[in-house]
Amino acid sequence: MGRYLLGRLGQNLVLLWLVSMIGFGVLYLAPGGPLSQFALVPGMSQEDIARIAAQMGLDRPLPVQYWEWFTRLLTGDWGRSYRDSQPVLHVIGSHLWATLELMIAAILIAVLLGGWIGVMGAIRRYSFFDYLATIGAMVALSIPTFWFGLVTIYIFSVKLGWLPPGNRYTVGDGSFWNYLHHLIAPALVLALVEVAIWSRYMRAAMLDVINQDFVRTARAKGLPERQILFRHALRNALIPMITLAGLQMPTLLGGALVTETVFTWPGMGRLFLDSLGYRDYPVVMGILMFTAVMVLLGNLLADLLCAVADPRIRLD
Amino acid sequence: MDDTMSKQGSLMRPNRRRLMAMGLSGGAAVWMGPKLGWVGTAEAATPPEKPTGQAVIGMSQEPTVFNPLMLHIEVDEGVYFNLFSPLWRPGPDGNLIPDLATEIPSVANGGISEDGLTWTIRLRDNVKWHDGTPFSAEDVKYTIELINNPDFRAGRRAGHELVRDIQVVSPTELTWKMAEPYAPYPAILSWTFIVPKHILEKEADPNTAAFNNAPIGTGAFKWVERVPGDHITLEAHQDFHGDGPYLERIIFKYIPDMTVLYTQFQTGAVDYTGIQGITPDKYEEGKALEGRVVQTVPQPFIENIAFNTGLPVFQDRAVREALLYGMDKQSIIEAIYYGLPTPTESFLPSQSWAYNPDLPQHEYNPEKARQILEEAGWVDSGDGIRAKDGVRLEFTNSTTAGNTTREQAQQFLQQNWLEIGAKMNISNLPPAVMWGEYWMMSKFETAMVGIGFGIGPDPDATDFLHSKSIGAKGGAGQNTTQFSNPEADKLLEEGAAVTDQEQRAEIYKKLQEVTRRELPYLPIFQYAMVQGIKAGLENFKPNFAVQENCWNANEWYFSS
Repeated sequence: MGRYLLGRLGQNLVLLWLVSMIGFGVLYLAPGGPLSQFALVPGMSQEDIARIAAQMGLDRPLPVQYWEWFTRLLTGDWGRSYRDSQPVLHVIGSHLWATLELMIAAILIAVLLGGWIGVMGAIRRYSFFDYLATIGAMVALSIPTFWFGLVTIYIFSVKLGWLPPGNRYTVGDGSFWNYLHHLIAPALVLALVEVAIWSRYMRAAMLDVINQDFVRTARAKGLPERQILFRHALRNALIPMITLAGLQMPTLLGGALVTETVFTWPGMGRLFLDSLGYRDYPVVMGILMFTAVMVLLGNLLADLLCAVADPRIRLD
Repeated sequence: MDDTMSKQGSLMRPNRRRLMAMGLSGGAAVWMGPKLGWVGTAEAATPPEKPTGQAVIGMSQEPTVFNPLMLHIEVDEGVYFNLFSPLWRPGPDGNLIPDLATEIPSVANGGISEDGLTWTIRLRDNVKWHDGTPFSAEDVKYTIELINNPDFRAGRRAGHELVRDIQVVSPTELTWKMAEPYAPYPAILSWTFIVPKHILEKEADPNTAAFNNAPIGTGAFKWVERVPGDHITLEAHQDFHGDGPYLERIIFKYIPDMTVLYTQFQTGAVDYTGIQGITPDKYEEGKALEGRVVQTVPQPFIENIAFNTGLPVFQDRAVREALLYGMDKQSIIEAIYYGLPTPTESFLPSQSWAYNPDLPQHEYNPEKARQILEEAGWVDSGDGIRAKDGVRLEFTNSTTAGNTTREQAQQFLQQNWLEIGAKMNISNLPPAVMWGEYWMMSKFETAMVGIGFGIGPDPDATDFLHSKSIGAKGGAGQNTTQFSNPEADKLLEEGAAVTDQEQRAEIYKKLQEVTRRELPYLPIFQYAMVQGIKAGLENFKPNFAVQENCWNANEWYFSS
């Protein structure tokens, strides 16, 4: 186990280094740069722009810039944002909580509701409920989030006035209820797709298990149906779900770009888009590295958890 | 005609500051139409005794730079006007209003010497920084010196570079010398916000100073907090030296999507739609909203087609003129821009004191366009596209990809010009590419672009029109059309050196005649933006000379 972990970590470090090189190269070689948006700012001259580029070190060769960025990263210095000159980790940290709040709420809804729908669909296969859930999932997966978000705002905020039209909280009112009130609509909109995904996976996994020999044996032993389903079948059906959860972890922290935009949610997805639009290289690279770490960590965690949950899997 | 109308407009617009001082007015502002401006009604409403309530300013871009001297974008300036003070600020009529200074220096009041080289600035004696420290001439000196500090990432340095030998005479007076006379400098100072010496001088590196994220200014509101990606909160500065503030708090709320911004304005979560305001397609709907005032506000930007005159095809003036005749300007404005912007022939906004209202009026006349091209030797090359000496009248037009309104205008123009035998191909690029080297180094063929040619309220357009400003030829400037005209060069140099405003106006009027004749840019229209405020928000004053209309939020208050 220890050797396995060490090997995986070594592999991951090499991967991270490759990601950093490719990411840096692609980002810097893409046309345009952090200063081109200032070209049309009234009163800015070409002279000013050239001077600032030199002050920021943007006029040096790419490998030199990469080396400086990379060696600094190794010492724990992620650089400073071009937009607000704050340290990159601080910038990421200030958007992380908003994303976490939204994502945890959405995933919670998705896992509970999606899991329940999936299990029920599998048990009562081809029933009315199952057909309804299947069609519902297809519809949910096909609705563009942007449109659904706007419709939700239009109905519940503009027409009915029940929910706020976005934002994380009302400025000046930091109460728990205020946060919760603002969380309902974006969490539900985001959960819609997740519920569909989770219910489909859950249904498939459950069906797979229900038709296996040990379930038939359990039935033959005369165990009550409840116990068969929830103690034996469900436990086994959850193993593929662990992998799914591991794969979902980076999305959890990476943010939901569309939902965050529609509901003016100050999370990671929007930070990434804003930084990319501004060509804020240090922050974009920061988010890239952060997400890469999350992906690798998520995968590693899923593999470890699978080994714990399923005695048939051995890691060495 | 435009000019006379706007003059009537300014007659009808009472000077609210003065009326308020006499205790006569204070009625709700009502919009009387694009040319008439906001007019007070008779309804009595006076500002509250002490700061009350809050205004939420919704913005589709996020302010992130809070050291006002550093490199920043338009949206940041809305925050600066409330947090900091310049020596004087630009008024809605293009004239300057004293702020930290007691008067605008001129040759007449002795503030500027006859030769334009010695300046004397007199300051108010009742100004306090947000931390209670008195403001003084030392701060002004420090600010200009910081801008010129080679290690400091200053945004604009133009004008300040000419300042030499700053002497503090007393806490309320300072003098300096200019290396050469430079008439636009007062306009540049109107957006140069003064920073506190007593805070910044202690910092080792002004680029990363703590001040940059917890600024201290002399403005009507002081810093409370910033939640990145979400909002900035400012609260009333009780010791403010000017009018107001009447609001307890102002909040700059970042709402990246303009549809969402409008929805939040509709539901009342936002009191004023700042920066890009409301999309033109929502104008009619917005006007009908109850409890909201939605109207157009003028902007200093001129939408135009920029020609790269370095290309053989555009060196012939006949081509540029024919393309102007072949452009159905009115239909573009009516059908694509919802009739909001005003057609123009000039590179200056019609509100400017140097605007020339007597330029030749554009007419859409494809027949005339064809005739001009025939006469100049541009004849059909067989496929309906004209050519002359082996040069085809075919070119690309570029602008920011994803700007759907502009893309529609491009397609419309494409049809227009095909009718006179000119083929335009559309090739749009993402913003960071379009406005990078492609634009600055004149690698485009033609571009559709909105430009503010002047320096704030000042009509000096050296950066765009002088032959020494051609980036592609090693110049430092944004003359990307490579326009090179000795007459224009001479006028620009005179205009920047003469200090008398009336004399300058004459010079720039002549310059507008030159650009209208030579057409390095085909002027289409002056931008107008749709902005909305909650009814009852008093003293909202659109101002073409600033980047953001919350420039006077110190005077804002709610009447109900």
